[in-house]
Amino acid sequence: MKLTSIMSSIVVPRITNHKDELLLPALTLWWREIVRFYRQRTRVVGVIASPVLFWLVIGSGFGSSFRSGAGDQHYLDYFYPGALIMIVLFTSIFTMMSVIEDRKEGFLLSVLVAPVSRSAIVLGKVLGGTTLSTIQGLIFLVFAPLVGVHIGFGSYALVAITVFLVSFALTALGFAIAWPMDSTSAFHAIINLFLIPLWLLSGALFPLSGASPWLRLVMQINPLTYGVEALRQLLYPATGGTLFESMATLVLFSLFMFGLAFLMANRRTTKPAA
Amino acid sequence: MSALAAVGSVPQQHLASPAAIAVRELVHRYDNRTALNGVTFDVRPAELFGLLGPNGSGKTTMFRILSTLMVPVGGRAFILGHDAARDPSQLRREIGIVFQSQSIDVKLTATENLRHQGHLYGLRGKDLSARIESVLERVGLADRAKEKAENFSGGMQRRLELAKGLLHGPRVLLLDEPTTGLDPGARRDVWQYLRLLRDQDQVTVLVTTHLMEEAERCDRLAILNEGKLVALGTPTELKREIGGDVIVLDVKEPESLSSRIQTKFDMDVRVVGGQIRLERDHGHRFVSDLFEAFPGEIDAVSIAKPSLEDVFIRRTGHRFWSEQEQHGLTTETRRQEKH
Repeated sequence: MKLTSIMSSIVVPRITNHKDELLLPALTLWWREIVRFYRQRTRVVGVIASPVLFWLVIGSGFGSSFRSGAGDQHYLDYFYPGALIMIVLFTSIFTMMSVIEDRKEGFLLSVLVAPVSRSAIVLGKVLGGTTLSTIQGLIFLVFAPLVGVHIGFGSYALVAITVFLVSFALTALGFAIAWPMDSTSAFHAIINLFLIPLWLLSGALFPLSGASPWLRLVMQINPLTYGVEALRQLLYPATGGTLFESMATLVLFSLFMFGLAFLMANRRTTKPAA
Repeated sequence: MSALAAVGSVPQQHLASPAAIAVRELVHRYDNRTALNGVTFDVRPAELFGLLGPNGSGKTTMFRILSTLMVPVGGRAFILGHDAARDPSQLRREIGIVFQSQSIDVKLTATENLRHQGHLYGLRGKDLSARIESVLERVGLADRAKEKAENFSGGMQRRLELAKGLLHGPRVLLLDEPTTGLDPGARRDVWQYLRLLRDQDQVTVLVTTHLMEEAERCDRLAILNEGKLVALGTPTELKREIGGDVIVLDVKEPESLSSRIQTKFDMDVRVVGGQIRLERDHGHRFVSDLFEAFPGEIDAVSIAKPSLEDVFIRRTGHRFWSEQEQHGLTTETRRQEKH
């Protein structure tokens, strides 16, 4: 093996530019998230196929038993925005399982000791997950014409923005949950305990109007409700409602979740980081 | 032990001292267990420095503190004048770190791993590409640059870890048990790289190990036991403090015989792990004196030049590996230990 010296010829650069501490590391972490995802084929297939199956099976099954609250709309149509949110929810949360994997495998250690601000780590990982789940969500939009959605390009753009906001908020939430954890099974437990109920009570399966008063209260403080609501208003303009309020709530939700993720990642402790 | 008092007593002049790494009265506790109990030492520039200790001796804690992963409860640690607890971001630029656990992403190729690492250190473009090429050349992975790391052997993955730690041209390199799980050939390679770094590039290298044979290869050593520094010096210096040869006796009644030897020959005698240990010049001659003085009481005898383990036993009064650990050791560690 030929051993040559290179270090002597290399000058250690003095990095004073803060842009390099935030954007470049965030970009590279984002890139890795995407590459890793698409190199694991089963994940790609699972994420696209399972919500479609779920939507068809549940939607068709419920459809023959119930009439949705919104007049003569078919249940498969009613359920469509909820299914879209579900795709986004699952993809967003599950991509952040990589935080736990990175920690267990040791990859995260080398990021933590690099001259990188913690916000870059949060931003890179969260945007990576957000990108993936936004893409999955938009893929599902291919089915929109089948459920009687006929909207203009502008509305589609707003749908994309909504999907992005929901993805971002949920990925940041996933990050905040995953950061202190050391096992993926604990992460699954949290998902089953909180996130699935969060989705069930978002108006995805049944409308707000038909629920009992206390359930309606839970649904009203559930941020996901506003995601479902915004999508429903955009995809079926006839249903009416206040789009601006829903979108504003989503923006606040996203900011809050990102702040939470940032706080979690910034705790520098006397406990071992991994 | 007052951690604050320890900080207060740290003299300020070491900030300008020539030490590459300066550890002062470092204290750390996990809940109630004390992992480091007032450790102080210096590592000189361009030195290959070993941190030797059995499991639980505090060397991993020391490593975590030096690599800025953890803030110590008390005391201070400086690398190139930067305080690891207070000025981590400046320090992180200056050091390269190779962890014991795998930190490469096996789903990425060797080049992709290094590109990612380079971006984290603010390197980019042609400069980064040139560095990647030369560092891969250096660790002998240039021909596998485009392959995913999951197809690499353990030794190759370790070399990629090393490349990752060296990419930004650090002046100080910290390695935590870098040869874990490697076969003897791959381990020799790693040590060869470390010496090369020290000699050609004047990199200061701090390496933790629990292997005596690796510790022997360091310029200087700090030996830790139960959170305390028990020895500091070059391997030769440390072994020289042991007078002459080390004689170990297997006997039926170690306690009684050891006191009788002590009285008769007026010397220090220890009983460690059921064996009698003594140090003496011209051990072979002394052994025949022993056999004459206590006929029939000695079952077996061994004479050896002092080893680092003898230094450890002399300083701590017990073996490097506790009895339990010795039984619990995996065959791999056992095998490595023998080398």
